Amino acid sequence: MSYKFDFAFMAERWPDFVAGAWLTVQLAVLAIALGFALGTLCALARVYGGPVLRRLVGAYVEAIRNTPLLIQIFIVYFGLSSLGLKLSADVSAVIALTVNMGAYSTEIMRAGIQSIQRTQLEAADCLGLTRLQTILHVVLLPAMERVYPALSSQFVLLMLASSITSQISVEELTATASLVQSDTYRSFEVYLVVAVVYLALSALYRFAFWLIGLGLFERKRRLGTPL
Amino acid sequence: MNQLGANHLLYLLIAAQWTVLLSLIAFAGGAVLGLAIALMRVSKLGVLRGLASGYIQLVQGTPLLILLFLSYFGLGIIGLKLVPLVAAGISLTLYAGAFLGEIWRGCIEAVPKTQWEASDCLGLNRVQQYAYVILPQAVRIATPPTVGFMVQIVKNTSLASVIGFVELARAGQIVNNSTFEPFAIFSCVAAIYFALCYPLSVAARTLERKVHAGR
Repeated sequence: MSYKFDFAFMAERWPDFVAGAWLTVQLAVLAIALGFALGTLCALARVYGGPVLRRLVGAYVEAIRNTPLLIQIFIVYFGLSSLGLKLSADVSAVIALTVNMGAYSTEIMRAGIQSIQRTQLEAADCLGLTRLQTILHVVLLPAMERVYPALSSQFVLLMLASSITSQISVEELTATASLVQSDTYRSFEVYLVVAVVYLALSALYRFAFWLIGLGLFERKRRLGTPL
Repeated sequence: MNQLGANHLLYLLIAAQWTVLLSLIAFAGGAVLGLAIALMRVSKLGVLRGLASGYIQLVQGTPLLILLFLSYFGLGIIGLKLVPLVAAGISLTLYAGAFLGEIWRGCIEAVPKTQWEASDCLGLNRVQQYAYVILPQAVRIATPPTVGFMVQIVKNTSLASVIGFVELARAGQIVNNSTFEPFAIFSCVAAIYFALCYPLSVAARTLERKVHAGR
């Protein structure tokens, strides 16, 4: 093999990669926060809501989980704009990623909420907690603690999936790579560099979620064991 | 401007066959690689365990899109012609192998330890233990999550569109370029993907219930 690797483009173009990675981080953080909030509400609706609401949430989850993110992004960006709702690529990306994340976190949080025993709710009732207090302290936080590993790996997967938004010209890390490789003709090297950046970002996200978990779940921190 | 018509739908359905074919290639390749990775992960040799877990970390820590570009341009470097189907097949195989390997490792480890001990007592060697005792039981546990993962494979074949492989998602883009009705077209595309994936999701859930009922 006579191919010579050449990473010389990095000397000049590294600020582009930093900017792209920064947008990837922002996109992912926004979509994770919004999507998790949406998913938690939907999971509560799915477990405690009336039959119509349960059906609706179920349909939403199935529709999103059985279609590709790429097509969801196209529907939000190209589809909605053809119906007259013009959204910028960045906003479309956040909406599509949020809706996608919402469906996956609904399923994960539903499993967590269903694992909370009835007796816990009765005990909360006896202690005179309000409905909101019960939901927050007795249902959601313990539920989240139980499914936290699944939840945080889904978060990391979403960060990686945000690379797909490059297809609607969001200038994140993957789009930056396409741009640089079309300028320098060093395609393989460019994508190698970006792969390493994504690896570092996933490690960073995992570490961040571990820290957040430590902060959120006091029992786990003290006993060193999950629930 | 072209009107969206039956011809376009037919075109999408024909393209969907390529989606199915690519999914089958990825699943077959991923299954072979995944089994090797899973067995390495539970091996007695530390080196093999380390290699397999390094591989999984690498693949699960990079987007499939980047893997796709790397195999597409990587094939060009070693002098092969840039065939999108081959590049897509390779990258999806690498991807599926990592995830299936991790899923199946869990299933192998879920077989009770007593089964290992009992087969040890019967004087089976390691190959026999796997072939007659451990793997048959692991397959039972592994079926629901594996069917569930097939949904991921089908959906992820849509990414092959970015290197110019004409499957369902790319066909949708092509039709859209001539008819300019993105909402209708991509909804159709989504519906076809749904028709492919939903039965798999339902099957995974049903199998899951059956496996748990058996215990």
